[in-house]
Amino acid sequence: MDFDLTEDQRLLTESVNRLLADQYAFEQRKAMLKTQEGWSTRLWAQYAELGFLGLPFAEEFGGFGAGPVEVMLLMQAFGRHLVLEPYLATVVLGGTALRLAGSAAQQGEILPGVAAGTTKLAFAHYERQSRYDMTDVLTTATPRDGGFVLEGAKSVVLHGDSAEKLIVSARTAGGRDEAQGISLFLVDGDVKGVVRRGYTLRDGTRAAEISLSEVRVSRDDLLGEQDNALPVIERVVEAGIAATAGEVVGAMEAMQAMTLDYLKTRQQFGRPIGENQALQHRAAEMLVALEQGRSMAMLATMMVEEQDAAERARNISMAKVGVGQSGRFVSQNAIQLHGGIGMTEEYAVGHFFRRVMVIEHMFGDTAWHLDRLADQVD
Amino acid sequence: MDLRFTPEESAFREEVRHFIRENLPADIRERMRLGYPPRKQDTITWQRILNRKGWAAISWPKEWGGPGWNAIQRMIFLEENLSAPAPELLSFNITMIGPVLLQFGTEEQKRRFLPRAANLDDWWCQGFSEPGAGSDLASLKTRAVREGDHYVVNGQKIWTSTAHNADWCFCLVRTDLKAAKRQEGISFLLIDMKTPGVEVRPIISIDGSHHLNEVFFTDVKVPVENLVGEENRGWSVAKFLLGNERTGIARLGRSKERVRFAKQVAREVRMNGRPLIEDRAFRTRVAQLEVDMKALEITQMRVVSAYEKARDGKPDPLSSVLKIKGTELLQNTSELAMDVGGPQAMPVWQQELSQLANEPAIGPEWAPQMAPAYLMLRAASIYGGTNEIQKNILTKAVLGL
Repeated sequence: MDFDLTEDQRLLTESVNRLLADQYAFEQRKAMLKTQEGWSTRLWAQYAELGFLGLPFAEEFGGFGAGPVEVMLLMQAFGRHLVLEPYLATVVLGGTALRLAGSAAQQGEILPGVAAGTTKLAFAHYERQSRYDMTDVLTTATPRDGGFVLEGAKSVVLHGDSAEKLIVSARTAGGRDEAQGISLFLVDGDVKGVVRRGYTLRDGTRAAEISLSEVRVSRDDLLGEQDNALPVIERVVEAGIAATAGEVVGAMEAMQAMTLDYLKTRQQFGRPIGENQALQHRAAEMLVALEQGRSMAMLATMMVEEQDAAERARNISMAKVGVGQSGRFVSQNAIQLHGGIGMTEEYAVGHFFRRVMVIEHMFGDTAWHLDRLADQVD
Repeated sequence: MDLRFTPEESAFREEVRHFIRENLPADIRERMRLGYPPRKQDTITWQRILNRKGWAAISWPKEWGGPGWNAIQRMIFLEENLSAPAPELLSFNITMIGPVLLQFGTEEQKRRFLPRAANLDDWWCQGFSEPGAGSDLASLKTRAVREGDHYVVNGQKIWTSTAHNADWCFCLVRTDLKAAKRQEGISFLLIDMKTPGVEVRPIISIDGSHHLNEVFFTDVKVPVENLVGEENRGWSVAKFLLGNERTGIARLGRSKERVRFAKQVAREVRMNGRPLIEDRAFRTRVAQLEVDMKALEITQMRVVSAYEKARDGKPDPLSSVLKIKGTELLQNTSELAMDVGGPQAMPVWQQELSQLANEPAIGPEWAPQMAPAYLMLRAASIYGGTNEIQKNILTKAVLGL
């Protein structure tokens, strides 16, 4: 049992904090939202230079061989500043899929570009009808001419509009909801038959609806074992949960700090509103929720590489529930304690609120994971 | 960062678990499992077994009979002890008066009281709260007037847990009425409960048990050598006592044990024609409690780890988080167990029905104890600094409001 950071981890935290403090003020972020990409290509290049984009990859693929703790630290800082760049989609989701399922050739072809900031990835798995169910895949991959033809549609694909490479799940066997028969494919974002409709989510981050019609891929584009991609998909989702748990902790820290600041400065009835015990206790309850959420984000992080799949899934579900509930409590009360100003678009707290809301509805929401845990009660 | 226990810590847990399994008398364990509070003799018996092993005075230095454990080992021990389930160490002895005497006591006081406290030869109780001094402890009125080589104590304490079992009481008394601040005229006295003028009157709590008391002091003579620390400086002793290591405060082992128990007995009772354990709402409720317990477990590990690292003995304000969430969980898990019992948890079993010879139990043997356990635990968010006081502490110490 040890909660200390290594020297390298401390340096990483300092480096990301320094960069974001300088580059990610609320107004700067607003300007990024208005660009065509909806995020900063300039900062993306800087992340590459600072080594953020290659963090979890092996050195032979241009990476640094770091682990989930480093990703958590980075995501926590991203959460504090509401970073818009496609780190989760590219490095965490796409990167995990490639690391776990990619052949040496596939990793060698793609990961160095990811680390260098020239290749972005998107994880195109969930579909409109599937909500959070990982086995509900209707997109098909039919063998033809030694390769496959993909047919179907993917929904709310994070940063699916800008990724050069899509990682697409499709059925090579079995029917809806069957665990067996799902495969993963590497698909170029601009290949014939792929139509991407990009949009922003409620928090300003980008996503896309992607339709695939008669999309031809070769056998070399098969990522991992044919028919048996579910374990990989589950691990990608788990990595996403752990990373966004860290991000929510960062967002909660920011909301807590803003709220405290507001309680200390806002005057009503001739004194700071923070002198009212009703508000003090609410702020204390927010702190309790934040700390419990932080504990759960740590749990998710430590479990990402747990080898026992059932143990890993169970703990990560617990973390998703815990962080989801903490995030809701802290963000709802952050707005409440701010009063009217918290409702305005020009004030930051509502932007953090929306980020936490969007994250809660990724990778299975609180109810979905609680239900899964309820299944396992013994 | 690593949330896993080291092989040494896991081996320690095994050692503790094994010792408890081998040495906890079966009848005591069974009573605890069925939800009964430990009897006086159960607490004494178990603490003496632990003390023989050197495991009773868990936070004391070795020279005074402590095991030399670090904070992580103490956390592991407390959790294993609670989840056995075994009676808890008497906190008045082990986490209150012991550390106070180690910090403020004279050599004579240490020699006289510590070994007996560790072995539960003396049962201590805490004379802090008064009718007019609850959360606002510094407004206490019990008076001690110095007369030669003793103090004469007059006044009243209330909510004094286990005073009827106690041999000694550590007490906050007012020794200076003219002090500039209320906190400055208070002294910390050790009072022998057998002294003439000490009267204990029971307060029956909503669970029907006699756990709480009023204690009246009428011209009680207390020798001056029973003063701990300096006269009029008792407030700093009390603050030390209340702020002393509070990592065991979450009592997480008990909540875990109660959920395990509730799941087990939920197989025996039915809901809409099926075992309750198969009911969706029940399972979701259990799942939520398990999530909350997991979060608290890790928060507790963080607090203990920070305490161990800092080594300054100062309380971490985050221990207020442990108190708040820990007591909420104690309450919620006891509520779960009671709800499993259902209507059979409602009869007052021991007082009437158990006296009827050959009368079969109304329901499962465990059920009648579920309601009083639930009722008694309403106090958990009141004692040890109410949960609202804990929020005040967080407000000031962490949030700076």
